[in-house]
Amino acid sequence: MMKIDLSGLEASAPIKGNTVDSRDEILGVPSFALPTTADFDGFQKAAVQMVKPAKGTTTLAFIFKDGVMVAADSRASMGGYISSQSVKKIIEINPYMLGTMAGGAADCQFWHRNLGIKCRLHELANKRRISVAGASKMLANILYSYRGMGLSVGTMIAGWDEKGPGLYYVDSEGGRLKGTRFSVGSGSPYAYGVLDSGYRFDMSVEEAAELARRSIYHATFRDGASGGVASVYHVGPNGWKKLSGDDVGELHYHYYPVEPTTVEQEMTEVAVA
Amino acid sequence: MESVFGLVGKDFAIVAADTSAVHSILVHKTNEDKIMLLDSHKLMGASGETGDRAQFTEYIQKNVALYQFRNGIPLTTAAAANYTRGELATALRKNPYQVNIILAGYDKEIGPSIYYIDYIASCHKLDKAAFGYGSYFALAMMDRHYRRDMTIEEAIELVDKCIIEIRSRLVVAPPNFIIKIVDKDGAREYAWRQSIKDSPVPAA
Repeated sequence: MMKIDLSGLEASAPIKGNTVDSRDEILGVPSFALPTTADFDGFQKAAVQMVKPAKGTTTLAFIFKDGVMVAADSRASMGGYISSQSVKKIIEINPYMLGTMAGGAADCQFWHRNLGIKCRLHELANKRRISVAGASKMLANILYSYRGMGLSVGTMIAGWDEKGPGLYYVDSEGGRLKGTRFSVGSGSPYAYGVLDSGYRFDMSVEEAAELARRSIYHATFRDGASGGVASVYHVGPNGWKKLSGDDVGELHYHYYPVEPTTVEQEMTEVAVA
Repeated sequence: MESVFGLVGKDFAIVAADTSAVHSILVHKTNEDKIMLLDSHKLMGASGETGDRAQFTEYIQKNVALYQFRNGIPLTTAAAANYTRGELATALRKNPYQVNIILAGYDKEIGPSIYYIDYIASCHKLDKAAFGYGSYFALAMMDRHYRRDMTIEEAIELVDKCIIEIRSRLVVAPPNFIIKIVDKDGAREYAWRQSIKDSPVPAA
């Protein structure tokens, strides 16, 4: 460690008397330790990224005949370390609107809670529920106003309003997309693969839940930063309902049961002469 | 990747743009409309960072509407272009918007026109303009085949030529495009050119 030079900040009147070592701690020139690096901004950024949990994630949501299906894994990681296997990545904004969490856990949690407050106030002021379009735009505008200040949010706002099912993708770069099928996070390419190949608009709730669960499972299988349990939520005309939460390890043996291996070669006893 | 281009014809102007919403290697959406109807006779095709694009174009649209509301007359295309340029210029030394704009409009006295405005706040009145990776192909195509007195049919044919060239020569080519037109009858969507269908959002 090197010490930053703060001698310029020294009091103009010199300290009187003999300074003893122990007194030096209190009366001496103030200083604090700095990391030994030329690129301090880069170091600081990397340090923040290292302790920011929930970087690796798989979340998805899609609109179908009976509403919106929302699913996510539950792993939080800090670099290579798995800091939790039981994170709630699907955030319940209110009884008819859900948000998903990818990127910084604190940023997502805080701004979703903040959005929940704003939605409730809107409801009280206008005597009607806010639309999904309105809620997502509120969030997008807040995130956009903080652009370039280090927020890390990748979220989907899913819900049911007067116009029916609604689904928006919102991120901390200020992007806001309306759509029918989204997946966000490091595992999203894997989830998209399964989701796109299995998606039909006229699926039943059961089929849609299974597709969502399976997409999350396959993403957790290939993406090291995703894992834990695959939670599945459904949003219908009467609000959201949690359908399932399955350990992906158990799902693996459910989808691919252990098969008894056939013996290819067996050693035989040498006949005793 | 992003392609926005436009051209001025005999008595109309055309703007075409890709409709992909991309994030690193992922295509999130293939039916995102990047050409905004600024007012009844103006089109604003924009490329750049998603957040900035949406926020900036909407900001301009609302302010143009406010001007019309306050003064009872709409801004001319040239006035809207200079206003847009000014907003980009003031933002440039504070927190710049990463947006490039092709502004097409039709004025009764002047006729159709296209303005090329980039994120560093330059503004040029041009007959043909293009932004993004597709611009290399679209510009060459338009340089070769463009005429000032083109009819709508001829111009659409040229736009299709550009789209085909982008789709066949650009590594990261977007699958779908949207084409919009502005003439004496106003600004409107003309056609989509889709090679991938994104399922439409159903009404409840």
